[in-house]
Amino acid sequence: MNDALDVALRLLVVFVVFLTFPLIVGQTEHKVMAHMQGRLGPMYAGGFHGWAQLVADGVKFAQKEDVVPTGADRRIFQLAPAVALLPYLLVLVVIPIGPGEGAVGQVVDAGIFFVLAVMGVGVLGSLMAGWASANKFSLLGGLRTAAQLLAYELPMLLTAASVAMAAGTVSLPGIVDAFRWWWLPWQIVGAIVFFVAGLAELQRPPFDMPVADSEIIFGAYTEYTGLRFALFLLAEYAGIVVLCGLTTILFLGGWHGPWGADGLGWVWTLLKAAILAFVVIWLRVTYPRLREDQLQKLSWTLLVPLSLAQIALTGIVKVVIA
Amino acid sequence: MILAAAPTAATATAARAATTVAAEHHGFLSPTGVEIAFLLVGLLTFGAAVVTVTTKQLVHAALWLVVALGGLAVEYLLLTAEFIAWVQVLIYVGSVVVLLLFGLMLTRAPIGRSPDADSGNRWAALTVAVASAGALVWVVVDAFRTTWVELDGAASGSTEVTGASLFQNWVLPFEALSVLLLAALVGAIVLSRKAKADSAAGGMKAAAPRVPGSRDGEQDKEGVR
Repeated sequence: MNDALDVALRLLVVFVVFLTFPLIVGQTEHKVMAHMQGRLGPMYAGGFHGWAQLVADGVKFAQKEDVVPTGADRRIFQLAPAVALLPYLLVLVVIPIGPGEGAVGQVVDAGIFFVLAVMGVGVLGSLMAGWASANKFSLLGGLRTAAQLLAYELPMLLTAASVAMAAGTVSLPGIVDAFRWWWLPWQIVGAIVFFVAGLAELQRPPFDMPVADSEIIFGAYTEYTGLRFALFLLAEYAGIVVLCGLTTILFLGGWHGPWGADGLGWVWTLLKAAILAFVVIWLRVTYPRLREDQLQKLSWTLLVPLSLAQIALTGIVKVVIA
Repeated sequence: MILAAAPTAATATAARAATTVAAEHHGFLSPTGVEIAFLLVGLLTFGAAVVTVTTKQLVHAALWLVVALGGLAVEYLLLTAEFIAWVQVLIYVGSVVVLLLFGLMLTRAPIGRSPDADSGNRWAALTVAVASAGALVWVVVDAFRTTWVELDGAASGSTEVTGASLFQNWVLPFEALSVLLLAALVGAIVLSRKAKADSAAGGMKAAAPRVPGSRDGEQDKEGVR
């Protein structure tokens, strides 16, 4: 009974995190983007600096009519948002935010592989949406999504493998436990490659070619309205939370920091992830969209060689210090 | 089907080193909960695999393949081969099916039925599939006759165990496979570069191989009409 209660409680906490953190990132994006562009952003909803803007947006989305185009493949069209969103919920379950059993939903032995595998499944949702919409722009968006995923999955995997080599384990808490401060300069190239590839996998600007509004309206999500559209947006922001959390765990030492061992480790994890989320927003405001060929070139001619070099470096250092 | 069956054999081989012979304690007539779940997921996987090859809708076939491959991953999990399960999801669901869908969308992926999706070779294909499935089942049954995976004890398929057995007992096959894959990769690059050089060399000659492709396109239009 206690075990069941424990599991239920953990899942509940993960679910609450899953529902709130993406909204916090979204609200921060509203405000940060606005201030970087000399605007105020949302100011009315909820009173204090428009804090309830996304709640209002959610209510608006829920009230809208749920439209399925006549020519669309109904079932797949309706299933796609769930396929896009659920993987991120599953990934959140295994990301630890502090030392010990209490600070993670569920410890998975092969954590890195679980996380990368399940995140890869999420892209199937975009593909299904793009195909089932029976719309040229959607199909083009789906194609671009697939091409982008195929290009950026490899550097992401290779850099994650580099950290796993350094730590000698593929379990996420194990990697953070093995972390030392000098890993930061040692793995810095891998960290940057991982973060950039993750951004591309989430289709965040400057890698938002699949949803380029000036060319293909909104890519795979063009035909979606109401709650299903909101689910796709939620998937994007949940993806930001997951990516920032993962980069923190793998490369930035998670809960290591001053007083990190005295029960304040989770503050460090959240702080590092929040700074990374800020960087994600900052990049969106700063850089123009990459063209499709530039996007492919960046991955295959820069990120893949860099991540291979990082693996070689990790291997050499590992052998030397062994 | 063959695609789905191949990793099974590979895992079974990898698992052999880590399993214990404990047939005395088990009987087919008193299944445990895990065994029942294994059977049910197996039936689901089999059903999805059958729908994959029988459905008339191309993209649906690819998506049913996702269900079949995912079911296989769950089977690995139930056999405590956690590492293999995640790799299965990563490689097959995350990459192979995405590549498949990408190819389908680039060429033709109509919504609804594709009447021309049936091949005249289907009986030959069925024969080959049944024969290879039979051969695989025979080999696996023959190799693991009385071997049982101990589900209650320490995980016999954890990353550590899998890695140790792969790089201690099976390192030679592993390296041979790596070289084979590398050769395939180099071959693919050579082929693509050659095609590029050909098309750059002469317009008329390069146009010739494309004729069958364009004829296919005309047939598509007729099919739609």
